[in-house]
Amino acid sequence: MLPVESLTPLAGELPLLVTFGGGVNWTVGFLTTAAIFAIVALALNVQWGYTGTINFGVVAFFGIGAYVSALLTLDPPGQFESYIGGLELPIPVGWIGGMIAGGVLALAVGLPTLRLRDDFLAIATIGIATILRSIANTQEGLVNRARGLNGIPRPLEGASREIGVDYDWLLLVITGLALLAVFLVVRGATASPWGRVLRAIRENEATTQSVGKMTTSYRIQSFVLGGVLMGLAGAIWAHRIGTIAPDSFDNLTTFLVWTMVMVGGGGNNRGVMLGALVVGFVWFGLPLIQEELPDFLGTRVFMLRRIAIGLLIIGFLLARPQGLIAEEPRVSRFAPRGEGGGGSG
Amino acid sequence: MTEILQLVLVGVVVGSIIGLGAMGLTLVYGVFKFAHFAHADLMTLGMYLAFFVYVDIGLDAGHIGPFSFGWGMLVAVPFAWAGVAAACVGVDRLVYRRLRRRGGGFLNLEIASLGFAIALQAVIQAIWGSPPLRYHNEIHEALTFAGGLKLKPDQMLFIALMPLLAVALYLLLHRTRLGTAMRATADNAPLAEASGIDTERVRTATWVIAAALTAVAGVMFGVQSQLRFDAGFEFLLLPMFAAVILGGIGNPWGALVGGLIVGVSQEVSTEWINTGFKPAVPFALLIAMLIVRPRGLFGSSIGGSG
Amino acid sequence: MSALLEVDAVRAGYGSVMIVHDVSLRLERGELVTIIGPNGAGKSTLLKAIFGLLPVSEGAVRLEGGEVTDETPSHMVRLGVSFVPQTENVFPSLTIRENLAMGGYQRSGDVAERIAEVLRLFPELAERQKARASHLSGGQRQALAIARALMLDPKVLLLDEPTAALSPVRRGEIFDRLQAVREGGVALLMVEQNAREALAISDRAYLLVDGRNAHEQPGPEMLANPEVGRMFLGLDSAEGENGA
Repeated sequence: MLPVESLTPLAGELPLLVTFGGGVNWTVGFLTTAAIFAIVALALNVQWGYTGTINFGVVAFFGIGAYVSALLTLDPPGQFESYIGGLELPIPVGWIGGMIAGGVLALAVGLPTLRLRDDFLAIATIGIATILRSIANTQEGLVNRARGLNGIPRPLEGASREIGVDYDWLLLVITGLALLAVFLVVRGATASPWGRVLRAIRENEATTQSVGKMTTSYRIQSFVLGGVLMGLAGAIWAHRIGTIAPDSFDNLTTFLVWTMVMVGGGGNNRGVMLGALVVGFVWFGLPLIQEELPDFLGTRVFMLRRIAIGLLIIGFLLARPQGLIAEEPRVSRFAPRGEGGGGSG
Repeated sequence: MTEILQLVLVGVVVGSIIGLGAMGLTLVYGVFKFAHFAHADLMTLGMYLAFFVYVDIGLDAGHIGPFSFGWGMLVAVPFAWAGVAAACVGVDRLVYRRLRRRGGGFLNLEIASLGFAIALQAVIQAIWGSPPLRYHNEIHEALTFAGGLKLKPDQMLFIALMPLLAVALYLLLHRTRLGTAMRATADNAPLAEASGIDTERVRTATWVIAAALTAVAGVMFGVQSQLRFDAGFEFLLLPMFAAVILGGIGNPWGALVGGLIVGVSQEVSTEWINTGFKPAVPFALLIAMLIVRPRGLFGSSIGGSG
Repeated sequence: MSALLEVDAVRAGYGSVMIVHDVSLRLERGELVTIIGPNGAGKSTLLKAIFGLLPVSEGAVRLEGGEVTDETPSHMVRLGVSFVPQTENVFPSLTIRENLAMGGYQRSGDVAERIAEVLRLFPELAERQKARASHLSGGQRQALAIARALMLDPKVLLLDEPTAALSPVRRGEIFDRLQAVREGGVALLMVEQNAREALAISDRAYLLVDGRNAHEQPGPEMLANPEVGRMFLGLDSAEGENGA
């Protein structure tokens, strides 16, 4: 089941919506999804918005977090399954494992590329997403290949039954708390002196294309922090959805998160969370009105929304580079300026 | 041994396709100074535009000599070129040029090109659908050569086409005023402007020339395997970027050699590793190059080294 | 008859940061005029504003009496004004000959002839026409930059520190060439840090301080002016370090 492109984007929720009382259920499910995407958007905001590094392989960090957390917490493989791990560890351990995996992957990709030009990271990250997916699909005995991992434990599921709380609501609360924690961490980090260094790097390097040795270490730190948070989001996703397979982690996830950040405004933490909500609503909401659309559109609704996110990225870059809500005032490299820079005689 | 040689041969065919596409990509990289992430999807657009003329309009009758395709292809390819060129120039006017003039740096251009790639791929899917298509459905027989090596006539044509187009591009860049102006703009755009060169015209010309390579490579890909709306991101983008970086950014001859290296190592690797790992080969080459020699094998300028 | 080039109370800078506040000057036909001044005085900014590389926010630039304020560089070139930037002033991957051809991009037809003409002034370039500009020495590169700017037979040549980073010997060579260029009928407006040598060959000179005119005198007299010497030429020692 695909997280972002499947025919029923929120399987379980969608059929309920068209029946009685479905709206509330859909909304709860949607908000949980949006909160997870908001974590990824905040993570990308650390990398792109604050540091100006381009990560076109967001889904790789998200995916590795999901897989590692699942493998740590799953039961050992059954008769027709073959995967490593299955350690039956508690879910929080899985989450931490997912975060570490995301950070390690960021370090591995960032080290050879971040000392070079920014475009090299962009190219390498596209690559890593493709490679990890093909490895997951191909390597026998690693992650059960295309059959995916099933029966990933869901946090506090038993407890919710005992105390008689609707599990979807509980899941929303758990995810919301995770988002709040991530927001506080990111806000603290980006408001700190460390964050100010990142911003200085972004302002200077975007125009000069040059990379100083001094700044490389900061760029790697920021990239790793982003990777850690993406890994966490992936872990939360895996336990929320219960089943993951390689093909659910395709490039659309990356594109969707980029749209959220561009719409919300790079360098603006609250903005990108709003972006996650708004873009997520359009993305997951559009299929709900599929039936209402004229046929030639209705059958193409999944392509339409991809055209829409492509155009949203371009449109916001051109017309509203600061995003939906204005960020705290500062000299921005998004602001128009003349061709020339630098000194005079 | 024959088996390896056969793989090398197929690798050269694949490498020709990647190399031609990468030449266009590196030309754009050199003149515009940003990684154009929509390039692979423009290649996909090229293959489908040719399909439109060749199959949808129905010019697919007959065969040219031993090849799998007929004379209609001689109409389809120029049409694909024109369409890809129009898309390039169009997106440049509407998007890239505005961002260029705003002076916000090359990163915004790269993100814009990603947005364009997403939209373009979805448009192609909306028009031609998801199932893979072919220009022809009948089997195209391979010829057997000494030592049992097999090669299809189509593939021989591709191998021949690659040096031909490379020489044409060389003559254009080095023997014409426009080509020299392209190299000058790639070297130092402000100075080109201060010399009285109309750099916007040079940029438009760069798109049109890159579009030719892109469209031809796209059609070659379609003939060699099949038409898929997601071919760009799935099969083409990473190998082409690997070729560009191997050869040195902005260096078309480097990109061609890089394409061949990528193509051959991709195919030969299947002798030892599962085909499913094929995409990892260009990636490994790319990372190795970035670690060892980020300038690329041949240095990065459109003039190339030498 | 109006001056060849006239700068009238120009104000210019980068974005909202003004560096040139109020500068007026004129350049007559066949003149060599030098602009000197301490770092940050706005000398280079002024040249870029004249050539249209930076916007002029107030004042006017006139060429032969006609207003050319804020014309684009490519239009200025067409009108007969060429510019030699201080750095990055050649196309490194192009050969000497290609560099010159690009300098003459707007010429129709007689490019080869003009290249031959220009190369007569620069014999050391004539010998190496197929060499890439990136393989040239500093002095040769500077010579090529000037030669490239002469390709369109300009009336006015704007030069931004043509001898910066050159050894004294190479500096002397460049100044000799510039005198030859002037004798060929081209008017030169030059910004120079190596003020003593530049002033010695200048018809007139302007001293800029803080983006404003401070002095205007014939070159040799400016050189002899004790006040200018104290204020500015005293920097000669520091400048010597830069130049070496």
